[in-house]
Amino acid sequence: MVYLLCLVLFAIGLYGVLTQRNLIKIIISLAVAESAINIFLVLLGYRVNGTAPIEEGTLEQHAAFVNASVDPLPQAMVLTAIVIGVGVLALSMVIAMRLYHRYGTYDITKIRKLRG
Amino acid sequence: MDVLPLMVALPMAGGFLLPLVPKKRSLVTDVVAVALALALAVIALSLIGSPDRAYHMGGWTAPIGINLVLDGTSKLMLAVIAVVTFSVVLYCPTYMTRFTGKRKFYSLFLMMIAGMNGVVLTGDLFNLFVFLEIASIASYALVAFGCERDELEASFRYLVLGSVASYFLLFGIALLYAKLGTVNMAHLSQKIAEVGGLAGGDVVAAGKASPLLVFATVLFICGLGLKAALVPFHAWLPDAHPSAPTPISAMLSGLLIKAIGVYALARVLFSVIGVHEGGAVSTVLMGLGAVSMILGVLLAVAQWDYKRLLAYHSISQIGYVVLGIGLATPLGVAAGLFHLLNHAVFKSLLFLNAGAVEYRTGTRELGEMGGLNKKMPVTGATSFLASMSIAGIPPFNGFFSKLLIIVACFQAGRWGYALIAVVVSVLTLASFLKVQKYAFFGPLKEKWQNIREVPVLMAASMVLLAVLCLATSVLAFKLFDKDGLEQGLRNDRFLGAAQRSLTDREGYVTRALSPAVEFKPTSTDGTDDGT
Repeated sequence: MVYLLCLVLFAIGLYGVLTQRNLIKIIISLAVAESAINIFLVLLGYRVNGTAPIEEGTLEQHAAFVNASVDPLPQAMVLTAIVIGVGVLALSMVIAMRLYHRYGTYDITKIRKLRG
Repeated sequence: MDVLPLMVALPMAGGFLLPLVPKKRSLVTDVVAVALALALAVIALSLIGSPDRAYHMGGWTAPIGINLVLDGTSKLMLAVIAVVTFSVVLYCPTYMTRFTGKRKFYSLFLMMIAGMNGVVLTGDLFNLFVFLEIASIASYALVAFGCERDELEASFRYLVLGSVASYFLLFGIALLYAKLGTVNMAHLSQKIAEVGGLAGGDVVAAGKASPLLVFATVLFICGLGLKAALVPFHAWLPDAHPSAPTPISAMLSGLLIKAIGVYALARVLFSVIGVHEGGAVSTVLMGLGAVSMILGVLLAVAQWDYKRLLAYHSISQIGYVVLGIGLATPLGVAAGLFHLLNHAVFKSLLFLNAGAVEYRTGTRELGEMGGLNKKMPVTGATSFLASMSIAGIPPFNGFFSKLLIIVACFQAGRWGYALIAVVVSVLTLASFLKVQKYAFFGPLKEKWQNIREVPVLMAASMVLLAVLCLATSVLAFKLFDKDGLEQGLRNDRFLGAAQRSLTDREGYVTRALSPAVEFKPTSTDGTDDGT
């Protein structure tokens, strides 16, 4: 159920990318789509009332730890994905800024100079 | 110490360190970049002869750790990337003087190479995503490098579509992880084989394949198809590729769409998901390939902008590669990979030619050129060779790979696709005859009386690629065994090996999950076993 919400969020992001005319809004839509996937990844490893995946106990407590902790792997992946996302976001902002300097507008329909 | 990680580490180190060189020492930057590219080419070519193996990063064996896998297909890709990169780097020192910030250019350039080499080598799906993003982000920035109107706009569009593609890919990876609990490609492949996978079209039709798996496959095809600029997803390419500085156009069209598009797609579909001859995935790939071929060439014929015309041809030629690989027969896959290699060589050469013309005349409009052969003989001659290669005229490499693709279509009983391949080839020839006629032959226009041939380094890089256009034809001769093409393919150690490692799923799993100790360098001193 929660997973479906992620899908909906992703779809909203995609819809925004395809329909928005304002460069900044397109970038925001991209960020929404990206967050949807990041949330999805974190949710995969989530467990209700789970503990942080830091193991301190002895070997005997290992099984109990595995049963109680959340899955750390998606968290690690999401951290990486967020860093990548920030990189893309920063770059897209810079390009949008330079476009604004050149054209004096954020409207993509007024910028469109290249042919199909 | 294995040399595999160096293929990623060397360019990445170069990319981070080059901006530290003082701005005045422009020569140092050039020399370092060329030396790095040369070193990579030497390593990549020496890897062709070395045994297939897996390298486990940090000594953690797969599937827990991340592994780098070297097999026939990655050897071919590494060699193509390294050789074309070296030729293009030779072109840069002179050409890039038009721009400021050469250090930043080389830095991004090397990061892109690190990303591509990483994509080709990695055996981990999430790692593939990371390397793919490294290469992509570097290429977004490189497209916008000139900071002119066209470039910024093309780069923005490329960035938006490229990011969407990456999210599709990440979504697909997340689904596979949700379903199977691992992101190691070999491990995934094992588990997918256990649950049945997409074993041929009939299983999908019967609904036996897990819907999650089908959805993930669709996401991979959409995401990586976008990166490869296959036709319904091609909108960004004709803007992005011509707008970039010429060496980057050559890199993007020649290498990037192949390494992070076609190769990643083929690797994920063949080695992880599993593609079967006549199956659903294979049919989709062939369809996408054929549509790309036709639409790409039709749009190209009408173009008058030299670089834009070449960009449309990239879409068309990538269609050939995907059609060949999509056939999923041994000959089809080998022919597709061969065309990928050939296209990398001649398309980067064509872009460098266009850049050379632009360097001297300052225009990209074919109508304004004319008779340039008289003033720029080297550019004219190399461009002629490359045009004949892409049009598929014997004895150039493009002829052999197209011939093999057509033969493979016939053998698989796909007459329609074979016919399309022939027709598209004729249209390609027509289009390049136009380029030759308007740009290089005919009377020299008044205003070009005073232009000269390009500087020696740029010419050298073009000559090197032109020689390769002829030399790579030799690879095809090995396949024409007296016992037929299949036997030739089985004996071949370069193209044949590349095809075998792509289609052999079990072999890939064994190789990728093999413990690190298996590899013993010849000059072993026993200090580093990695276990």
